[in-house]
Amino acid sequence: EADLEERLHELDLRSDSDIPDVPPPTDSTPEILKRALSGLSARWKNWWIRGILSLAMISGFFLIIYLGSFMLMLLVLSIQVKCYHEIITIGYRVYHSYDLPWFRSLSWYFLLCVNYFFYGETVADYFATFVQRREQLQFLIRYHRFISFALYLTGFCMFVLSLVKKHYRLQFYMFAWTHVTLLITVTQSHLVIQNLFEGMIWFLVPISSVICNDITAYIFGFFFGRTPLIKLSPKKTWEGFIGGFFSTVVFGFIFSYFLAQHQYFVCPVEYNSETNRFVTECEPSELFQMKKYSVPPLLQAVLGWETVNMYPFQMHSFALSTFASLIGPFGGFFASGFKRAFKIKDFADTIPGHGGIMDRFDCQYLMATFVHVYITSFIRGPNPSKLLKQLLILQPEQQLSVYKTLKSHLVEKGILQPSLRG
Amino acid sequence: LQESESENKLDGETASDSESKSEFSGSSPVPTSDDTPEVLNRALSNLSSRWKNWWVRGILTLAMITFFFIIIYLGPMVLMTIVMCVQIKCFHEIITIGYNVYHSYDLPWFRTLSWYFLLCVNYFFYGETVTDYFFTLVQREEPLRILSKYHRFISFALYLTGFCMFVLSLVKKHYRLQFYMFGWTHVTLLIVVTQSHLIIHNLFEGMIWFIVPISCVICNDIMAYMFGFFFGRTPLIKLSPKKTWEGFIGGFFSTVLFGLLLSYVMSGYRCFTCPVEFNNDTNSFTVDCEPSELFQLQEYNIPVVLQSVVGWKTVRMYPFQIHSIALSTFASLIGPFGGFFASGFKRAFKIKDFANTIPGHGGIMDRFDCQYLMATFVNVYIASFIRGPNPSKLIQQFLTLRPDQQLHIFNTLKAHLVDKGILGSLEDA
Repeated sequence: EADLEERLHELDLRSDSDIPDVPPPTDSTPEILKRALSGLSARWKNWWIRGILSLAMISGFFLIIYLGSFMLMLLVLSIQVKCYHEIITIGYRVYHSYDLPWFRSLSWYFLLCVNYFFYGETVADYFATFVQRREQLQFLIRYHRFISFALYLTGFCMFVLSLVKKHYRLQFYMFAWTHVTLLITVTQSHLVIQNLFEGMIWFLVPISSVICNDITAYIFGFFFGRTPLIKLSPKKTWEGFIGGFFSTVVFGFIFSYFLAQHQYFVCPVEYNSETNRFVTECEPSELFQMKKYSVPPLLQAVLGWETVNMYPFQMHSFALSTFASLIGPFGGFFASGFKRAFKIKDFADTIPGHGGIMDRFDCQYLMATFVHVYITSFIRGPNPSKLLKQLLILQPEQQLSVYKTLKSHLVEKGILQPSLRG
Repeated sequence: LQESESENKLDGETASDSESKSEFSGSSPVPTSDDTPEVLNRALSNLSSRWKNWWVRGILTLAMITFFFIIIYLGPMVLMTIVMCVQIKCFHEIITIGYNVYHSYDLPWFRTLSWYFLLCVNYFFYGETVTDYFFTLVQREEPLRILSKYHRFISFALYLTGFCMFVLSLVKKHYRLQFYMFGWTHVTLLIVVTQSHLIIHNLFEGMIWFIVPISCVICNDIMAYMFGFFFGRTPLIKLSPKKTWEGFIGGFFSTVLFGLLLSYVMSGYRCFTCPVEFNNDTNSFTVDCEPSELFQLQEYNIPVVLQSVVGWKTVRMYPFQIHSIALSTFASLIGPFGGFFASGFKRAFKIKDFANTIPGHGGIMDRFDCQYLMATFVNVYIASFIRGPNPSKLIQQFLTLRPDQQLHIFNTLKAHLVDKGILGSLEDA
């Protein structure tokens, strides 16, 4: 009777019950910290652990930035794989589907396929000169979509063949869970990498703004918090939200000012085929050149200046920080709702005091997509090297007609002088 | 609603499908409602039930095929509209199944949000397609130009609004349900909307790229059924007990043959082989062009093996027919996996058909389940093997670059053309 009731309960999806589905998270704090903090009360101990780990993560972040773009890419990839693993593990627990045939392999296989597809599409563009030299890579690039599709199809057919009579519904759920997770984690991580290639500043400022918003909203909420913000996250308050917003905007402004001065952060990342390394050297675009702006009369009285020297990028940082403060938290609420829906406290126990990797990155998702869409809409046009690559694949007659159109356009605009000799 | 009540009792049994009951008889006492029009009912009233079913299916099949021909005759614009309607109906069917499975009729906002997301994703895809193909039209009208320039940003903003509405609509007792429906909606969008847009892309490439793949899948369905009916003995897969190896193989060979014949007939007509273009002056779609070499008859040497069988040394074929072999092969070998996937889905959620739209056949989804993979395959095939990038799209992208970038690309292209001898170095082209 109790057994049947329990099973009825599992499937009773009409309301959430209070019975916890998963055991409480284990305490993975390292022994060192435990001993050092053994004298403090539990609340302060938690505060200290969170604080130390925050500092550790931020330092780790700076270290990786120092090490360069390649390390950053690897870091993003590792985080993506870990996030994927965390969400899939939650799926296993929710559906008790540890022993489903093939399913673990299939999930990892799909992750591999989708990553292969994305890396082939984006990264191949940036390594154009490297790729040109090697025959096998040429073949892979030309038929990239076909190969990716064939790989995906193989996974799809394997899934269909693996359907087992008693477990249809479970298998379909896990299939869908895998795909939605891929959609969330893999696309975001690739957008992050594309932003990175645009210039490290486009990677650093958004991520820092989100982290800053997290921290300052928490601090403002701690000291001044009174009015609850949303039922979903009872700890968030309006005071924290607004305080976090203003602090993040100011932080973004100041941080961009410092970063915009160094070529290392501002230049698009390029791959130098001779030295086989990434280089970030260029003539800084006009976004990163100081300009005089007139201060609007309102602020003139406050600040006392009539004009101010700023980088145009700081204007853009304003948009980025605003998004990080106002819409970014919705990513956090989404994750909170998700955790409540599946009755888990944290995504995993990877980081002591903080939970899993996903817990740290939940606000970042929307940010990465926003920055990418922002860049493509307002900052740069299409990628010139990608365009060139596509031009060179065209049929000769097409190339000739394109050449003629381009020439007439350039002559019209006065960019090209018409001459008697080609 | 009656079905969902009986499913309620079934849900309580076990998390997995119970094996003791036979497929859909006995446990689920409510049969699907009989949608057959009265006319047919009266005409067939004196036949036995089995033959009646056969006749109903047969007549509806003919009706659908006739409808298909009429639409082809009416032209690309009508075709696009039909594809859009089919897409919306498929989305509606799958979402309704989701509602039934999760008993989530009364979830706040959810119906509205599902349709809103459908609208957003369609807006995004149609915007991208329209910008490419209707380039000159878009450039002329100022509001369209702005919409097209900031298209991605606008689409993203629309999607975000939906996302935030979802987060704000989360209600304490229904978190899990709402997340399930959110996931369900997104997976459905992924399947239904992307496929329909790939079909439209294929259509713009030339009606033949739309008609031949769809016909091959339909032909494979029908032929495999017939071969299975007459010769079927060895079951193919546990998932669909009615499929047999004889049907599978017979269907494969018939479909390849059918594909070859259909392509031969269609390649002769410009209205099928030319890319669909939008004529700015007449404001209508035109299919008029110089047929590409794919659609020009060529002599092929028959491999020695077949020479004795067929008796000819060479044969005149369109190169497209060779491609049609690839398309038919995919339709026969991999297409059925789409059907098995849908069968598994129906078993998992204990439904007999996706809906009752077509009498004797079930819902729209039931007819289109094998087509999904086909549409993606054709699109990937075309992109990989047939055409390169779209020249007008490239020119369009070129025009948005900075002058120094434009000059750099122009010079590189010129050097490349001179290198290949396409452009004489002293000629002013």
